[in-house]
Amino acid sequence: MSNKNGALLDIRNLSVEFETAGGTLRAVDGVSLSVDAREVLAIVGESGSGKSVSMLAVMGLLPWTAKVKADAMLFQGRDIMNLSPAERRKIVGKDIAMIFQEPIASLNPCFTVGFQIDETLKMHTNLTSRQRRDRTVELFEAVGLPNAADRLSAYPHQMSGGQCQRVMIAMAIACDPKLLIADEPTTALDVTIQKQILDLLVSIQVEKDMGMIMITHDMGVVAETADRVIVQYKGKKMEEADVLSLFEKPQHPYTKALLSALPENATGDRLPTVSDFVFDEAPQTGARP
Amino acid sequence: MTSTNTKDPNAAVGLEGGTVIAVSRRARLAEFWYYFSQNRGAVIGLYVFIAIVLIAIFAPVLAPHSPTMQNRGFFLLPPVWEEGGNWSFILGTDAVGRDVLSRLIYGARFSLFIGVVVVSVAVSVGILIGLIAGYFRGAVDTVIMRVMDIILAFPSLLLALVLVAILGPGLVNAMIAIALVQQPHYVRLTRAAVMSEKGRDYVTAARVAGAGNIRLMFKTILPNCTAPLIVQAALSFSAAILDAAALGFLGMGAQPPTPEWGTMLAEAREFILRAWWVVTFPGLAILITVLAINLMGDGLRDALDPKLKRS
Amino acid sequence: MLRFFLSRLALLIPTFIGVSIVAFAFIRLLPGDPIMLLAGERGMSEERYQQLQSLYGFDQPLFVQYFHYMTDLLQGDFGTSIVTKRPVLQEFLTLFPATLELSLSAIILAIAIGVPVGVIAAVKRGSWLDQTVMGAALVGYSMPIFWWGLLLIILFSGILGWTPVSGRISLLYFFPPVTGFMLIDSLLSGQPGAFKSAVSHLILPTIVLATIPLAVIARQTRSAMLEVLGEDYVRTARSKGLPPRRVIGLHALRNALIPVVTTIGLQVGVLLAGAILTETIFSWPGIGKWMVDSVFKRDYAVVQGGLLLIAAIIMIVNLIVDVLYGLINPRIRH
Repeated sequence: MSNKNGALLDIRNLSVEFETAGGTLRAVDGVSLSVDAREVLAIVGESGSGKSVSMLAVMGLLPWTAKVKADAMLFQGRDIMNLSPAERRKIVGKDIAMIFQEPIASLNPCFTVGFQIDETLKMHTNLTSRQRRDRTVELFEAVGLPNAADRLSAYPHQMSGGQCQRVMIAMAIACDPKLLIADEPTTALDVTIQKQILDLLVSIQVEKDMGMIMITHDMGVVAETADRVIVQYKGKKMEEADVLSLFEKPQHPYTKALLSALPENATGDRLPTVSDFVFDEAPQTGARP
Repeated sequence: MTSTNTKDPNAAVGLEGGTVIAVSRRARLAEFWYYFSQNRGAVIGLYVFIAIVLIAIFAPVLAPHSPTMQNRGFFLLPPVWEEGGNWSFILGTDAVGRDVLSRLIYGARFSLFIGVVVVSVAVSVGILIGLIAGYFRGAVDTVIMRVMDIILAFPSLLLALVLVAILGPGLVNAMIAIALVQQPHYVRLTRAAVMSEKGRDYVTAARVAGAGNIRLMFKTILPNCTAPLIVQAALSFSAAILDAAALGFLGMGAQPPTPEWGTMLAEAREFILRAWWVVTFPGLAILITVLAINLMGDGLRDALDPKLKRS
Repeated sequence: MLRFFLSRLALLIPTFIGVSIVAFAFIRLLPGDPIMLLAGERGMSEERYQQLQSLYGFDQPLFVQYFHYMTDLLQGDFGTSIVTKRPVLQEFLTLFPATLELSLSAIILAIAIGVPVGVIAAVKRGSWLDQTVMGAALVGYSMPIFWWGLLLIILFSGILGWTPVSGRISLLYFFPPVTGFMLIDSLLSGQPGAFKSAVSHLILPTIVLATIPLAVIARQTRSAMLEVLGEDYVRTARSKGLPPRRVIGLHALRNALIPVVTTIGLQVGVLLAGAILTETIFSWPGIGKWMVDSVFKRDYAVVQGGLLLIAAIIMIVNLIVDVLYGLINPRIRH
């Protein structure tokens, strides 16, 4: 399934290392993955499993202390590892866009949301300022922000978390990207808002014909959005399967552990945890929420 | 964070008290030293500071001459490596033939003395007032903070200068003035720390256990507010030395023939274009001392501030 | 915004009253009889003494004296110099432009160098450049500026002979003050060489006065930038494909400036304290030197008035900084 020709994004053997005071930390260890156009790939794993780091590596957003290595990182057939920073910036933000976990913190508190979207358009398109404004209003309406025209001059702190995430989505899809990477897009939001944002993402993905990578630790989110799933643990890929077979016949013990740790599987008054399911890869001391 | 709160639970236990506290103290000291020694500059600063303290203590042994003895026939003698220099006056002599090196060595005593006195006075008064303001709040707090605002509304050196004008020039009065000008910083810091600690559970617990106001203020809350105060103390130690030297330079601090570095500079001013050494060395001594203390202060801040520790 | 401004203004009133009490108390706290102090060394007849005592109102109760003092203040009467017999306010206004010119050029220099240097140090965190720059900043921060000034005089005036030792402009030039700023007045005068002379007189005092604020601003900018560079919105800005120049210079710096502006505001007090020393070293005819001279001449009326005026300036500048802080921080503005 992976590594086939014509994939939108094709990563082969990606490793990311950080030099820390306590020695080298290998956050991502030989991960290969590919996404087709119009496909939704979910990457699941607990915190620290390297799922965000690999996507930040694709975006070129890791700090300079990170060492990124890969046999290839093909986007639409072009190896973006070998591009100059300036050439890479022409792709990042335009053809590949990303939204993050903390929507309020992800928007710059000192600028209006209108400005922050306008800036993306200015960077990647040749639209006039009038056209950019119309486009921004259009985007706000597309992501379901009412009174779009008035919202342009709002500051992030004047909006709720859900609204900020809608702004982030509007910003991400501003230049009609081919690939949208969503890094735990609903984790920081209220439960009632989570569903709305997921529905919005899925409907936009369908409407715009985008490929999408959904990073999450939530099997519920996976079930709701993904076509295909990669399970990652401690920087390594554990299992890859389409979503139906993963839920029906999980192959890897870690995947089984993840699935059994769903609250639905609670017995008595005790919630199951991943570490309850011993498997030899690592003696885990309890996953952080 | 763990380090700041460990102390009180232990103190409250009291039963196996002695050893527990000793161990936790030593552990905290080790942790502190670990972070402090990570900062190379801070360690250098510490060594230089220790050297200056030793010089001050052993000044009579180290100084080749009396700091006030005027050597006739050796007026404005240049340092030994300049032409006309003399090995018995390594850093040269001043306009009345006193040995510059000896005066500098004795000057270390004054600068450290000034720093210690000013900081002790400012710290003790500032903490007391800050505790009262932060603990009792209300009208007392308002009045205290307004008074502090008033003191802070003047440039510190100007206020110190005017205070010395009132009290009369001299080293002691200069120290009083500088201490007064500095203590609003301690009041503000203590008050802010007390206000943030006061709502914590351990304070409520101590109150429920029947601790009185005085005990709560000094025994329960204060030990947990010390980190920013120590850092501020280091910073104001160096500021005190600078301000006292500035007052001395303006003729309002230590009076001649006291070998205080600022006063030496004031006396040397008229010779700046003729005898560079009488100007250069006293200032260099001030700079090195202040720099060493500030380097230590930076290290202390890194080691004691948990917020910075995390990053 | 207006409400914000007015509430800050209201907070200043009790402080200003307090400051006026300090200034009022000053002459009365001096050891010795205030009249004798005002009279100076020569002494006076008993008759003259009584006359002066009732003139200054020292025979009245303290609160009445304070009331008169405040009414005079509100009418712009800050007393009269004992030495020059000129109104204190008038002397102040004559000399203040010199201090303002020096302080402004110093703070502009400090910001123009301190902010970029702090930003570069933060971006290149841990590099030799960062370590050198921050080492230099700590030296600047620890500098006894009165000595620093003397060193610069030895080097640039004594050895190299590039700059004059004291004053605001060469005695060769004379023209009436228009703005009080020597740089502008010398240009307006149209005399050849006058501007160059004014600049050369200004350079060394500016460097000396800028040293500590420069160091403080560079350190503060660096630590504010370090904090901001780790924020999520900086990552967002990079994820949009913006060039580093814009990510750092706009998205990060705009946020880092918020604490830096506060720091710059706090430097005003430092500047005026520094002006006392700098003006003394360079014989710069501003209010710092004026205050020191007055303390020495025991011109206590000037000291009293000057104290109050300087405190008022600092309070006004702090108010402006507060407002500016509100302007650049949208979270306060709304």
